[in-house]
Amino acid sequence: MLSKTVAELATALANKDVSSVELTQAYLDRIAQLNPALNAYVTLTPERALAQAAAADAARAAGQATPLTGIPIAHKDIFCTRDVLTACGSRMLANFTSPYDACVVERLQAAGAVMLGKTNMDEFAMGSSNETSHFGPVHNPWDQARVPGGSSGGSAAAVAADLCAMATGTDTGGSIRQPASFCGITGLKPTYGRVSRWGMIAFASSLDQAGPLSKSAEDAALMMNVIAGADARDSTCLDIPAEDFTAQLSKPLTGLRIGLPREHFSSGLSTSVQEILQLAIRKLESLGATFRDIELPNNHLSVPAYYVIAPAEASANLSRFDGARFGYRCENPVNLEDMYKRSRGEGFGDEVKRRIMVGTYALSAGYYDAYYKKAQKIRRLIKEDFDTAFKDVDLILGPTSPHTAFKLGEKNSDPVTMYLEDIYTIAVNLAGLPGMSLPAGMLGGLPIGMQLVGPALSESRLLNVAHQFQLHTDWHTQRPEV
Amino acid sequence: MTWETVIGLEVHVQLATNSKLFSGSSTHFGAAPNTQASLYDLAMPGTLPVMNEEVLRMAVSFGLAVDAEIGKRSVFDRKNYFYPDLPKGYQISQLDFPTVGRGSLKIQLEDGSDKIIAITRAHIEEDAGKSLHEDFQGMSGIDLNRAGTPLLEIVSDPDLRNAKEAVAYLKKLHSIILYLGISDGNMAQGSMRCDANVSMRKKGDTEFGTRTEIKNVNSFRFVEKAINYEVQRQIEILGDGGRIVQETRLYDSDKDETRSMRSKEVANDYRYFPEPDLLPVVIDDAFIDAIRATLPELPDARCQRFITQYGLSEYDADVLTSSRDMAEYFEAVVALCGDAKLSANWVSADLLGLLNKQDLNISASPISPQSLGTLISRIKDNTISGKIAKTVFEVLSDGETDVDAIIEARGLKQVTDTGAIEKLVDDVIAANPDQVAQYRGGKEAVFGFFVGQAMKLSKGKANPAQLNELLRKKLSA
Repeated sequence: MLSKTVAELATALANKDVSSVELTQAYLDRIAQLNPALNAYVTLTPERALAQAAAADAARAAGQATPLTGIPIAHKDIFCTRDVLTACGSRMLANFTSPYDACVVERLQAAGAVMLGKTNMDEFAMGSSNETSHFGPVHNPWDQARVPGGSSGGSAAAVAADLCAMATGTDTGGSIRQPASFCGITGLKPTYGRVSRWGMIAFASSLDQAGPLSKSAEDAALMMNVIAGADARDSTCLDIPAEDFTAQLSKPLTGLRIGLPREHFSSGLSTSVQEILQLAIRKLESLGATFRDIELPNNHLSVPAYYVIAPAEASANLSRFDGARFGYRCENPVNLEDMYKRSRGEGFGDEVKRRIMVGTYALSAGYYDAYYKKAQKIRRLIKEDFDTAFKDVDLILGPTSPHTAFKLGEKNSDPVTMYLEDIYTIAVNLAGLPGMSLPAGMLGGLPIGMQLVGPALSESRLLNVAHQFQLHTDWHTQRPEV
Repeated sequence: MTWETVIGLEVHVQLATNSKLFSGSSTHFGAAPNTQASLYDLAMPGTLPVMNEEVLRMAVSFGLAVDAEIGKRSVFDRKNYFYPDLPKGYQISQLDFPTVGRGSLKIQLEDGSDKIIAITRAHIEEDAGKSLHEDFQGMSGIDLNRAGTPLLEIVSDPDLRNAKEAVAYLKKLHSIILYLGISDGNMAQGSMRCDANVSMRKKGDTEFGTRTEIKNVNSFRFVEKAINYEVQRQIEILGDGGRIVQETRLYDSDKDETRSMRSKEVANDYRYFPEPDLLPVVIDDAFIDAIRATLPELPDARCQRFITQYGLSEYDADVLTSSRDMAEYFEAVVALCGDAKLSANWVSADLLGLLNKQDLNISASPISPQSLGTLISRIKDNTISGKIAKTVFEVLSDGETDVDAIIEARGLKQVTDTGAIEKLVDDVIAANPDQVAQYRGGKEAVFGFFVGQAMKLSKGKANPAQLNELLRKKLSA
């Protein structure tokens, strides 16, 4: 039962095969059993979950059920949840109970979803392996010696290990897609502005976007139906009419034109991953898609541009964590400067401090033009590359990550090696486009994902292609033995 | 050596919106600490700014009032620095693309001539909170009620040449802001705050000298005193062959001096960059035109109209349009009594004298324009004389409001009955035979004596014109 998709669970709930309370309790039991080893959750909210489940069952009995009513889900700990710890993977916020709910949390709650708890993540979403979390790393359910990816590693591991039906995540440079790839699940990063950022703790405001981590494309569509849409509290949230993301799922792929970026299939990609992608390509061809090579000539500049823009924004976004109003404050500060220095020095981990320093440097007088401004120019070029490509193709397909999940501790000694983990995903954030990762095969007992990228607001098309692929493959149904 | 003073002003005006620039919190002054601070004002993680459109309208209306270029696309930036009353660790401001670009305004110099002062720009930004250093046993308290209140920072070119010009500029700015109704302009409460950049150069030089910035000046008088102090200080240093240090200085009104603030404040690198949480504000001509259409008549235009429509002197028109309240008061009086000249005299001399003595703003005048207008009407219709009117005015200033009732109750009504006046004239002539002889002997000047006597006898109530006429007639008989 716990390995079912949201769509399947909804049917089971509707048929009264199971109640939400039973389902919720079953997930809580499995979490109690497996979470100590996986460390996917940092906070559990069993009482609240059972209360919500009971309310969901009552709503269903009253004939007021929506597709997500009574579905147990998890929230990445970057989303503010009222009266519940919201630590964002950091010592800085380890004591922070949010006074309000994020828009995403609010909407899922209103739709009747049940919150099981908050999932582990890289500190302030800065990391690609979940190893920067103050609460310890998450272990990949496929191989506990390996990382789940990051920064939404806790959410990805929880979905993969059936510790929830579905989870929320955020993606600033690949933080939904790369862990989805490493954990063998489906992850969607929507178009920038699709989902309100209200209540989502900011890392890099112009890149951050919330999205689903799920067991299928159909489930992702169900969550998108709830979380996407205009929100007056976020000025960057797009004011466009609501969309039914499930409406196009069944559309045949005939006539679909898919581009394969030469840059994504070059020397950096192992032959084994190439082979898996080739099989996926052939499958999609058999479903009616045609493929052609395309070029994204400035893609190689995306990592350096990103590592100027994201830290620059982060350096300001994280200034509010100063020990004055909430969060960590050092013991016995002797004066204001001491309070700032020690609270921030002790409250933030190394990777966060590194990025604050990089960002501060990039914005400093005399360096702004050489770094921040230049990075913004590159950002425009990268966006133009995509615009050009989408004149000839509907979607772009490539690897999500150069390889399968790596071992804990393998890459965390060298930041640059870690930064290159996101080489295929980062450009999508810089261009503000929707991208998703879905399971495409297995390599040495580990899942590997493929990435689909579309023009702005093409989520329905992406979900359609992913769903059709999943109807004809079973990679997404494979579950780890935990 | 003759020195020339060069002054530029940065004026922060708190815009009179109901809610803050980027949150829905109230901006009302004087509430208990931190009762007007929302999640966003507290910089809670995950909160985001939403622009208050009223602020934009106010900024644009100011821009139009000073003939400025209006930024069709203004961009907010983050100005980064750490301070406890700045919860986010950055202030949202506008750096390269302010809402209001270059403009100008006209001030009148002491010799009566006009001078145009260029306005460099005016940008929208958020105010900080307040740090309270008393009453916390060695710690500091933070009040975030003010944090996020919308400010318009108006920057002038260094066109001002002495403290008096600076004050004239400030007063003009103050007047425009009140005319537009975009701020209460209350300097004591900090609704309008002024930083003055002051430098000296040798007369004839084209290069500017090193400047200092005087902060925290919160009245017209203090602006004048602070600048004068700073000018003297700089002249003394330069006269001794010294050099001015570019720094921020604080004006201490108790000691009437400026002193250096910690150099740390000056050395800040604010690391401005575009605010990613807000989209650029794009406005079109229709938006601007709609605001232009609702602009009130501004001081300069009103002054011109007072000269042409009411035939006032430039001086009177200037005084009477110096604030919107004053101009409105004057026009209300004129509308009632129909005599602009008399109204101008009564408002600018009697009423302003009274207000100055009681240190009151015209909006708090104890005498309403209705009362003053009625009073002037009673002079015009000969109910009372101008002299008696002063008595009535005094009664009004003590809080009574009904002019006619005052005249009635105190028996101040002018005597216009010819028979009664004739009797007065006869009595005076009979009582003063010597003076009658003198007058009739050709000593014209004695006439005034008779008028005085007759007036005294009537307790000031005799109609002066009738009295004069009858006196002349009887004395010449």
